[in-house]
Amino acid sequence: MSLSIPHALAVWRRNASMYRRTWKWNILPNFFEPVFYLFSLGIGVGAYISEMSGASYIAFLAPALVCVAAMNGASFEVTYNIFVRLTFEKAYDAMLTTPIEPDDVLAGEILWAVTRACIYGGCFYAVLAVFGLTPLPSSLLVFLLMPLAGLLFAAIGIVFSLRIPNIELFSFYYTLFLTPLFLFSDVFFPLKERLSEPWLWVAEALPLLHPVRLARAAFRGDLSPIVLWDLGYVLGLSLLLLAWARRAARQRLMN
Amino acid sequence: MTSEIIVEAAAVSKRFGTRLAVDHLSLEIPAGVCFGLLGPNGAGKTTTLRMIYGVTRPSSGTIRVFGIDIARDPRAVRSRLGVTLQQNVLIEALSPEENLRVFGRYHLLREPELSRRVNQLLDFLELRSHERLPVRQLSGGFQRRLAIALSLMNQPELLILDEPTTGLDPAVRLALWSRVRDLTATGTTVLLTTHYMDEAQRLCDRVAIISGGKVIDEGAPAALIATHLAPETVELDCTPEEEPILLGGLALPLRRRLRVGRRVMIYLQDASSLVEQIRHRDQGDRREMVIRPANLEDVFLALTGTSLEGGQ
Repeated sequence: MSLSIPHALAVWRRNASMYRRTWKWNILPNFFEPVFYLFSLGIGVGAYISEMSGASYIAFLAPALVCVAAMNGASFEVTYNIFVRLTFEKAYDAMLTTPIEPDDVLAGEILWAVTRACIYGGCFYAVLAVFGLTPLPSSLLVFLLMPLAGLLFAAIGIVFSLRIPNIELFSFYYTLFLTPLFLFSDVFFPLKERLSEPWLWVAEALPLLHPVRLARAAFRGDLSPIVLWDLGYVLGLSLLLLAWARRAARQRLMN
Repeated sequence: MTSEIIVEAAAVSKRFGTRLAVDHLSLEIPAGVCFGLLGPNGAGKTTTLRMIYGVTRPSSGTIRVFGIDIARDPRAVRSRLGVTLQQNVLIEALSPEENLRVFGRYHLLREPELSRRVNQLLDFLELRSHERLPVRQLSGGFQRRLAIALSLMNQPELLILDEPTTGLDPAVRLALWSRVRDLTATGTTVLLTTHYMDEAQRLCDRVAIISGGKVIDEGAPAALIATHLAPETVELDCTPEEEPILLGGLALPLRRRLRVGRRVMIYLQDASSLVEQIRHRDQGDRREMVIRPANLEDVFLALTGTSLEGGQ
C-alpha cells in the first residue's frame, strides 16, 4: 500500500482550486435541474398518478432523484474531466514528477468525485426541502448516503475511464449504462410491483438500485434489515472496483 | 566539490513489447555537473529520464539516485529532484502564481514557505510581469519559463530538463541557459536532453551520446571533439563522383571525412592549406566553402552516421 493521504489531498486540492474559480456558474444548473424535474414529473405526470407505493408520486420520486444527482455528479467528474486531465492536460504526468504516486492520484480523484457527488446531491436536497418534500429529521440520513453513492459511481466510472483509449467511448457509458440505470433502478416505478421474481433477482445487480432503496428508507425513516444488503453491495462493489482501478491507474500512469 | 555520484544507472534496459528502447545503458552523473544526454529522436532519451525519476520501470538493471534505489523509494527520490517535461504541463485557466502554488502543494509545502518560494521563482524566471494572467494568454517562451519554475518549487538537488529549449526563440534560449548556469553555480546537478548540439556544447560539462538506446560515447564536449575529430572543419558541396578528383591524393593529414547528401565535411588540424589546394584544383572557380571549428554535431555524425534531425 503506497497511499499517502497528504499527497492525495494535494490532488484533491488541485481540482478544488480550479472549481473554486467557477463554482458560482458550476453550481447554478444544479438548482434548476431539480426544479424542472419536480414540475415535469411531480406536478405534470404526478397529476395522473394518485399514489405510488403508498406515497404521492412526487414524494416517491424525491429521494431517488437525490441519488441520481449524486450519481451524475460523480460520473461527470470521473469520465470526461478525468480523461481530459489524463490525456490532454497531462496533469498526472506532472504530478508523478513529484512525490505523488499513482495511488495518491487515484485517491485524490475519487475523493474529488465524491465531493462533486455531495455538491450535486446537496443542491437537489436543498430544492426538495424548499418544496417541503424532505421529512425531518429522518431524510437527513441521505447526507451520509451521498458520499457512498458518489464513491460507487466514481469507482465504476474511473475503471472505465482508465481502460478506454479515446474519449468518444464515453457516449457508450452514458447511453448504454447510466441512462438505463436511471430508467430501471426503482427511480420512476417500483420494480418489485412490475417485474416477475427471476427478473427481480437480476435487477439486484443494478448499482443505482441500492442507493435509491437506501434513500427511500431514509426518507421514510424505517430502516429494515434489507438496508444492510444495500450498504454491503455499495461498499463491497466500490472496494472491488477500487482495487481494480489501482492496477489500471498504475498501468496507465506509469510506463 | 565532492565526488558524490547523483545518478547511477547500471546496465539498464527497457523493452516496450518487442521494441528495445533502452539497451544496457550505464551512466554515472557526478554531483554539481551539467550532464547532457544527446541523441536523435527515438534514441531513448526520454525513456531514460523517466526511468531515472521512477515512472517507467526498467525491464532489467538498477538505477540509484542520491544513492537510493528508485524502485524501492520513489517518493524519497522525487522529493529531492525536479523535472521539466518535454511538453509544458500547466493549468491554463490559472495564473503563473496559482500554478506555482498548486505545484508546491504536490510537495506538501505550506505557508509561509509556499509563498516565499513562489515569489522567489517568479523573480528568478522573470515571470513577474504576467504573474496574474491566465497561462493560456502567455507566449510559448513565458510558458516554458513557468514550466521550469514549477520543477524548481522543491529546491531540487537534481534538475532534469527534457529538451528545455525546443521551439523557443534565441533570446529566450539564451535567458534559459543563463538560468541553468546560475543553478549549477549554486551546486544543483542538471541532467538535460537536447538535440541542439550548440546547447549541449555551451551548457554541459559532460555529455553522453546515445543512439538505439545505448551510450556510444561519453565525456566533456571538447574531449569528444579532440578524440574523434580534429579542431577545424571545411564544409563544401560536391557530388560523390567529384570527390576523388577534388580530394584524392592530397598531401594533407585529413583526420576524417563525412558526407551527408551533397555536403562533405573534412576534419583536420589546419584548414587553410586544404582550402588553398581545393581552390587550386578548382582552377579559379570559387567554390563556396565554410571553415569553422569542429563541434559536437560533427562528433555525433561521426559516431552514429545519422543526422540529428529526423534520426533514422
